[in-house]
Amino acid sequence: MLKFWDSSVGKKVVMGLTGLILVGFVIGHMAGNLQIFLGMERYNAYAKLLQEDLIEVTWAVRVVLFVSVVLHALSAWQLTRRSWAARPVEYDMREAQVSTYASRTMRWGGVFLFVFIVLHIGQFTLGWKWLLPEFARGAAYGNVVLAFERPLWVAFYLVAMFFLLLHLFHGTWAVLRTLGLARNAAEPLQRRVPLIIAIVVTVGFSLVPLGVALGIVR
Amino acid sequence: MSGTMNIKLKVWRQAGPKAPGKFEEYTATEVSPESSFLEMLDVVNEKLVLEGKDPIAFDHDCREGICGMCGMMINGVAHGPSKLTTTCQLHMRSFKDGDSITLEPWRAKAFPVIRDLVVDRSPLDRIIQAGGFISVATGSPQDANALPISKMDADEAMDAAACIGCGACVAACPNASVSLFTAAKISHLGLLPQGQPERYRRALSMVAQMDLEGFGGCTLFGECMAACPKGISIDFIKRMNGDYIWGAITEKPEKVTLGSG
Amino acid sequence: MKLDSRIPSGPIAEKWDKHRFEMKLVNPANKRKYHVIVVGSGLAGASAAASMSELGYNVSCFAFQDSPRRAHSIAAQGGINGAKNYRNDGDSIQRLFYDTVKGGDFRAREANVYRLAQVSVDIIDQCVAQGVPFAREYGGLLANRSFGGAQVSRTFYARGQTGQQLLLGAYQALEKEIARGGVKMYNRHEMLELVTINGVARGIVTRDLITGKVEAHVADAVVLGTGGYGNVFYLSTNAQGCNATAIYRAYKKGAAFANPCYTQIHPTCIPVAGEHQSKLTLMSESLRNDGRVWVPKKREDVGRKPSEIPEEDRDYFLERKYPSYGNLAPRDISSRAAKEACDDGRGVGPGGRGVYLDFADSIKRLGAREIAERYGNLFEMYQRITDENPYEVPMRIYPASHYTMGGLWVDYNLMSTIPGLHVIGEANFSDHGANRLGASALMQGLADGYFVLPYTIGHYLASNQFEKVTTDHPEFRAAVEAVEQRTARLLGINGKRTADSFHRALGRIMWEQCGMARNETGLKQALREIPAVREEFWQNLTVPGTGDSLNQQLEKAGRVADFLEFGELMCLDALHREESCGGHFREEYQDAGEAKRNDDAFCYVAAWEYTGDTSAPVLNKEPLAFENVHLATRSYK
Repeated sequence: MLKFWDSSVGKKVVMGLTGLILVGFVIGHMAGNLQIFLGMERYNAYAKLLQEDLIEVTWAVRVVLFVSVVLHALSAWQLTRRSWAARPVEYDMREAQVSTYASRTMRWGGVFLFVFIVLHIGQFTLGWKWLLPEFARGAAYGNVVLAFERPLWVAFYLVAMFFLLLHLFHGTWAVLRTLGLARNAAEPLQRRVPLIIAIVVTVGFSLVPLGVALGIVR
Repeated sequence: MSGTMNIKLKVWRQAGPKAPGKFEEYTATEVSPESSFLEMLDVVNEKLVLEGKDPIAFDHDCREGICGMCGMMINGVAHGPSKLTTTCQLHMRSFKDGDSITLEPWRAKAFPVIRDLVVDRSPLDRIIQAGGFISVATGSPQDANALPISKMDADEAMDAAACIGCGACVAACPNASVSLFTAAKISHLGLLPQGQPERYRRALSMVAQMDLEGFGGCTLFGECMAACPKGISIDFIKRMNGDYIWGAITEKPEKVTLGSG
Repeated sequence: MKLDSRIPSGPIAEKWDKHRFEMKLVNPANKRKYHVIVVGSGLAGASAAASMSELGYNVSCFAFQDSPRRAHSIAAQGGINGAKNYRNDGDSIQRLFYDTVKGGDFRAREANVYRLAQVSVDIIDQCVAQGVPFAREYGGLLANRSFGGAQVSRTFYARGQTGQQLLLGAYQALEKEIARGGVKMYNRHEMLELVTINGVARGIVTRDLITGKVEAHVADAVVLGTGGYGNVFYLSTNAQGCNATAIYRAYKKGAAFANPCYTQIHPTCIPVAGEHQSKLTLMSESLRNDGRVWVPKKREDVGRKPSEIPEEDRDYFLERKYPSYGNLAPRDISSRAAKEACDDGRGVGPGGRGVYLDFADSIKRLGAREIAERYGNLFEMYQRITDENPYEVPMRIYPASHYTMGGLWVDYNLMSTIPGLHVIGEANFSDHGANRLGASALMQGLADGYFVLPYTIGHYLASNQFEKVTTDHPEFRAAVEAVEQRTARLLGINGKRTADSFHRALGRIMWEQCGMARNETGLKQALREIPAVREEFWQNLTVPGTGDSLNQQLEKAGRVADFLEFGELMCLDALHREESCGGHFREEYQDAGEAKRNDDAFCYVAAWEYTGDTSAPVLNKEPLAFENVHLATRSYK
């Protein structure tokens, strides 16, 4: 097991498996969020379901997610350090040929997403007052509306969702290859399904702040 | 035939593995567009020699794109601007009169510079030593046709086996990863029935060796495949990962049975 | 000098079996006490080093490249022959034997060739087991194709990269043995001297090309698998580093050099494009299956676009001269015909040194798609180099030096005239006579390395007592000193010409006077010109830098120095052989353009013995007896 974790392939597999868990989560989370368009009552009931009625399940999920994020970030960090060490003298000139912008921003985009996740949890789950002074426990719908009435927060969330799009676009494509599961392809760099997943998730998430900002959700 | 060209060269010069390196500029004059890239360097070198200066050292041998000896970064691209082409098969007609060309060696911790554009690629041999073979001693095989192999498998194995070991995949990879080279050999042998008995053991030990040599990990940028003069697909990396995972799951500790010899 | 070929007695088909039984064996426990040096890591060297290590010998292997996988065997395209008779088309060991002896124009040793045909079968088995991805049919069995000089399909191939795949097979076996500890590999080491003690080969002296360190290596036997000397022509299809230094140094230590004038010129290469050209690229012979070779009939048409020359003004000279074989005439004959046309002022392209290889008729008949299917990768390669599209304009081709049949003389055990010095692959002279058939070089390299030498070297080791020596022995010290002095001398001339410029000068002489066609006047002229070039070399050479680090100019200069001596030996051999046979065509000895052998006077191997720098080499003759194949005139009309 330790040998597996020590190898570059093993670490990448851990990163991929935890990434898959996180992809599953963001899809569910996104679907849940969209209930905000069904009205305050329905949305708050959904929040109550997660935070009170099914709190044991929620905790179990939280633990899994926490461990996944930690392993995902740790493996990424260690692999990044390995890569940096592998080329101590940089090229004076190196032109990318086929790599996507998405693949080249995985690392810094990942760091940004990590910061975003911390702030996001602080804002809507832990109720950090410096992020949302009017936060009220139990009033999930109201909290969302209050936050996204501020254009800065909308902008911040949209930027984060853009990075999520890039991260998912490369990540969901790469993960099957990391796990040795994808089929051979004439154009292995082509990625249609990952593009659809990335767009659906990103658009789904972005609808919430946009809905508030545009006055559809109030 | 078109006229000749003048080309400005910015070349990495480094006297030895420990010596500091720096760029120096040269002008290649009256270059024929029909000449190959290395012939252009030959002419520059001949002039340097006659001036009593050290010529630019670069590796090369067959000059027909198969031995894998040549290779340098040409304007930031491994083996230069032509796709599926080694440095020796690149021709000057790919450039224009007055162009500036930057030449750098393959850069990776595992490929230390020996001199100028010459690097030490011995880690590639050691990766093969770790398991890139089928353990069959001379004289022991059965008849060649006793083991039918589907044409599809044989063709795919040949696609992987086409690797010339030039190291462009490492050079082009932002992580300086050697995954494409390693995966090509694991796949070549793993696709054939002869390679099955050692298949998973081979994947485990070759991956361990490539890590040990100090190469980076694979993040599937795809740059290796674009740089590969033989167009080897990153699908083979997927195959290597699969073999590695299955090997890690099913690996049995080697038992030493005393007196079994 | 006594040339004892040590051919076993008995019927030809039983010689090898009988010999294997009669040879002495080394006890398995004793094998690791013997140290064998293998120089070269191509098909012959790598397969020999790996096989001997598997047997238990303690092996050291040397290569001047950065990895054993770079050796020039890797560039062979077409395939490897094996008398498997998988096609049921009448092939047999006897037939492969016969084709090879006839193809070699009856100048090879029968017993060696028969053994080669016998073990050809095992080679295919061995390579498949190693994972060489030979082409296969849908049923999963091995595919074959036909090749020049044979009427059966016995050639196994892996796309257009058969040499690469076979070499990688041998390389992987070698790396396996390196990992096990049986072989110690010395990359970027060049052999610069052979060391003999009391006339027996006991080691070599090498230069570490990275550090410049000159080192001595002691062994109980030395094996040279260092390839051919085709680069004596400067421009050839060989790799830039291919050189004759190892075999030439051995020659100067007493190993006889056999038939140096037998060189093969391959007809289908891409012509020279400019004065700075460093290399000629071979296009597979298979192109002649569907391409038609022609030049304009009239000299004044030479500059015209080929499409503007009407059919009746074209000379399809191979079809005209050899109606039954046409464009598929053997290599030596096709090459000479192209040269004749160009000498007549009808050559096309820059410098008038080229003939057209035209696919227009085949494209019309079969369609561009079918042609792409058959030759797509070759057409791409041609376009990459010449920037011309062969689907639209005819290819231009010209012959180029490709392979050398001559080499160090060896007996049936592959041992040279120096006891303990064994020579394998292209470096020896043994199996191809005066002309090699396509797809036979790979076969011979692997036969020697996998299946012949590992047996015969055991016999040598078991039959002799070896005094323990170290690198402190006076002979080793003297050899190291000689190498150091020579290096210092090359570095100290401080003249005004580069090693390359001398190599080009030598190449021009060799190509003009000792190339595709030779005559007495030209050869005598070459024998006057070469010493003059050599003299200027030692007075006017410049090598920059020092000897204690990577210095590619110094490496080159050492190799050119040896070529400058060797070229003379080659011309001498060509001058003495007053007949035409295979790749050796003397203009004085022909029947209306066809080679005329003289079996009464020249049915022998010419083995040259070095006698000193200032005295002429001595000719020794090994008569060739043909008991199983009747001497006949090769005819392809």
